[in-house]
Amino acid sequence: MHKLLTDSPGQKMLMLGNEAIARGAVEAGVAMASTYPGTPSSEISLNFFQMSRESELYFQYSTNEKVAMEVAAAAANSGVRSMCIMKHVGLNVAADALMTLAYVGVRGGMVIITADDPSMFSSQNEQDNRYYGKLSGLPVVEPSSVEEAKELVGYAFDLSEQLQEPVLFRTTTRINHSSAFVTLGALKPPETKGDFQKDPFRYVTVPAVARRLHVKLLENQARAKELSEASPYNFVEGAGGWGIFCNGVSYSYVSDAVRDLGMQDRIRIFRIGFSHPLPEQKIKAFLGECEKVLVAEEGEPFMEEAVKAFAQEAGLTLPIRGKADDLFSRLYEFDPAMVRKTIASYFGIDYAAPPAIDVQDVPDIPMRPPNLCAGCSHRATYYAVKKAAEGMETIYPTDIGCYTLGFLPPLSMGDFLICMGSSVGTSCGFSQATDRKVVAFIGDSTFFHSGIPGLINAVFNGHNLTLVILDNGTTAMTGHQPHPGVDMSQLQMEGYGRVSIEAVVRAVGVRHVTVIRPFKVKKSIEQIREALAFDGVSVIISQEPCALYAKGLKLLKGKPFTVSDKCKNHRDCVNDLACPAFYIQDDRVHIDADLCVGCAVCAQICPENAIRPVKIEKTA
Amino acid sequence: MDTTRLIIVAVGGQGNLLASKVLGEAALRAGIPVRMSEIHGMAQRGGVVESAIVFGDAQSTIISDGEANVLVGFEPSETLRAVGKCNADTVVITNLAPLPPFTVALGKGVYPDIDDLQERIRSKVKKLLAFDSTALARKAGNVMANNMVLLGALLQTGVVPMTADQVREAIGATTKQAFVDTNLKAFDLGYEAARKAA
Ligand code: SF4
Repeated sequence: MHKLLTDSPGQKMLMLGNEAIARGAVEAGVAMASTYPGTPSSEISLNFFQMSRESELYFQYSTNEKVAMEVAAAAANSGVRSMCIMKHVGLNVAADALMTLAYVGVRGGMVIITADDPSMFSSQNEQDNRYYGKLSGLPVVEPSSVEEAKELVGYAFDLSEQLQEPVLFRTTTRINHSSAFVTLGALKPPETKGDFQKDPFRYVTVPAVARRLHVKLLENQARAKELSEASPYNFVEGAGGWGIFCNGVSYSYVSDAVRDLGMQDRIRIFRIGFSHPLPEQKIKAFLGECEKVLVAEEGEPFMEEAVKAFAQEAGLTLPIRGKADDLFSRLYEFDPAMVRKTIASYFGIDYAAPPAIDVQDVPDIPMRPPNLCAGCSHRATYYAVKKAAEGMETIYPTDIGCYTLGFLPPLSMGDFLICMGSSVGTSCGFSQATDRKVVAFIGDSTFFHSGIPGLINAVFNGHNLTLVILDNGTTAMTGHQPHPGVDMSQLQMEGYGRVSIEAVVRAVGVRHVTVIRPFKVKKSIEQIREALAFDGVSVIISQEPCALYAKGLKLLKGKPFTVSDKCKNHRDCVNDLACPAFYIQDDRVHIDADLCVGCAVCAQICPENAIRPVKIEKTA
Repeated sequence: MDTTRLIIVAVGGQGNLLASKVLGEAALRAGIPVRMSEIHGMAQRGGVVESAIVFGDAQSTIISDGEANVLVGFEPSETLRAVGKCNADTVVITNLAPLPPFTVALGKGVYPDIDDLQERIRSKVKKLLAFDSTALARKAGNVMANNMVLLGALLQTGVVPMTADQVREAIGATTKQAFVDTNLKAFDLGYEAARKAA
């Protein structure tokens, strides 16, 4: 049985924050969940995926976040408790649905997980999604710990049903990817079927309807504010004339700091867990009892600006600060020592940070950036495109996935990236605005997510570009989730369709379509050369399963290779491919047989023919 | 209760997430509060993986520079890279078997000298325990048990607030059944190595 379906209330379990969120949803009787995977949220949906195979819960990987939100919104408007899960930038994709869903509202509870990523451990920006609450008018809740995350999910579902609005549940990476003990609660059996009651004047948002719905949304916001005032997740602790506002993980750092500094009777903490709408009256009352206030929040001055406005309304002139050069930064995540030091300096508390050790004499340690796996098909495709495009003035717009790593030297294949699907859209612009050959790269899952409209745009507007679709049969980067092109019967799962990338590409009117097998180096280069020469939109579909995924499924058949003494040590293999299976020992190139998957790409590019399968070596 | 802050650094694939999980389970058995955090991201693509484990009453799940009580490094150059997490009272345990980053093969950087590396760490912290844990894992029957060897050494130092038996039990409960014997053997070899070095 899946560990998160354990039915023994009171039991303590070590859980990842993402597991606690999934468990909280199951304890709240969630019946439908949908997602597009994205770090740091991916383990939530992975657990739903697994649980759906052995419980009544329905779960789907949707093609993108907007679709995921629409799926969940319809379920919720049929009275079924639903959850949709995405990373922070995913909410940008779903924002169109979100903004008007707020007008329409829901009947069954709906919780939207937005996993923010301060410091950008695996994201293209560190936007602060609390602002989506303000923008849409929807409630936002934020847990400060793994345990609280589980409880807060149940609260969010109840809140959603009380207000008849979806609730935004905002986390940050340090909640998603922290672990702690969580006490299990009772499981609530999901009500998997509801019914939709027709009421077009509530659900069909033509202008006349929307005008009334906006009034309703504002009324709901007023009610949400009352609930925020009374919420146990907005609480005050400690005593004294100095005050600190905090939310999310910054609450942990602030409480540790106040304790470490011995300031429990000098500093009172206002922890905000229900952050939109803010509890205005409670905040004004708190300010009235303080002489000096600090706002400790990662990201943007969301609370700080509101608190200052509340103080102004209440006629209070006490100092309130948060984001400033000498206090908290808007950049990156916080850490306990930094928060402790900032609190001490702001309030003038005597505190000497423990002496740091001197690291000046530590030599430069060679960097260890992530690298495409040994035998990754993307490396082979990049190599072949690079060879085929030799002598051309190129631009390589790229996209989001493992293959983004190809922008690093020595492959250096990746010139521009802003968001999911941007490879194709930006290619249209580059091909128009420059005279260079534009070759875009996109993964299979990203193609389904948001690449197709860009491709249609290229065909319709007659752009001249080549799109390389890196089809490795999985959503590799986020942990090998399926996508619409995957054969689900391989996973012993029934009831799924399968969408052929090639058929889609042909159907939208691309006239030059080539399917290549990137491990056949010479042939691939020739085929790519031809596609690059085509005037108009050409598409290359490079098909080869993700090596790591295939390894996991025990589908790898290749035998490792080794470097024979024919090697003349010019190192084209190492320097052009940068496959991590190579290592240098005693100034000679070697291949780590444990890492090599036998893709044989290096063997095909070695001018001396020195790289041979291990077995042949032995018998020779 | 006193807070003990432990950092584990490793290269993706060396099994430090499992090591943290074992420690977490052991803490659960011992009734000691524990909070941990880790940066997954692209661990499987050969990057650095860092786990922070905080035992005791603290709420924070991450550890600032200079605030680790103990640092365990699964790879020597990564131990050195993380030395900024230490202070003069920190205990450091490191594997000495290098896994040079790929940038070395590309000629972009020189792998640090192992003796010099130890000298530098030793001069800055309270205690350095350095040995070839990969070799001991191999002796136990599986190089992948390197993480368990280092856990054994960690438990011997007495810096973390659990007993070796609690960790042994957690290994039995957390790691794959087929590997339990090897893992326990690896744990004991690590424990022994640390005892001898003390
Ligand atoms: S996980 Fe798959 S796609 Fe990603 S780098 Fe490894 S082999 Fe390539």
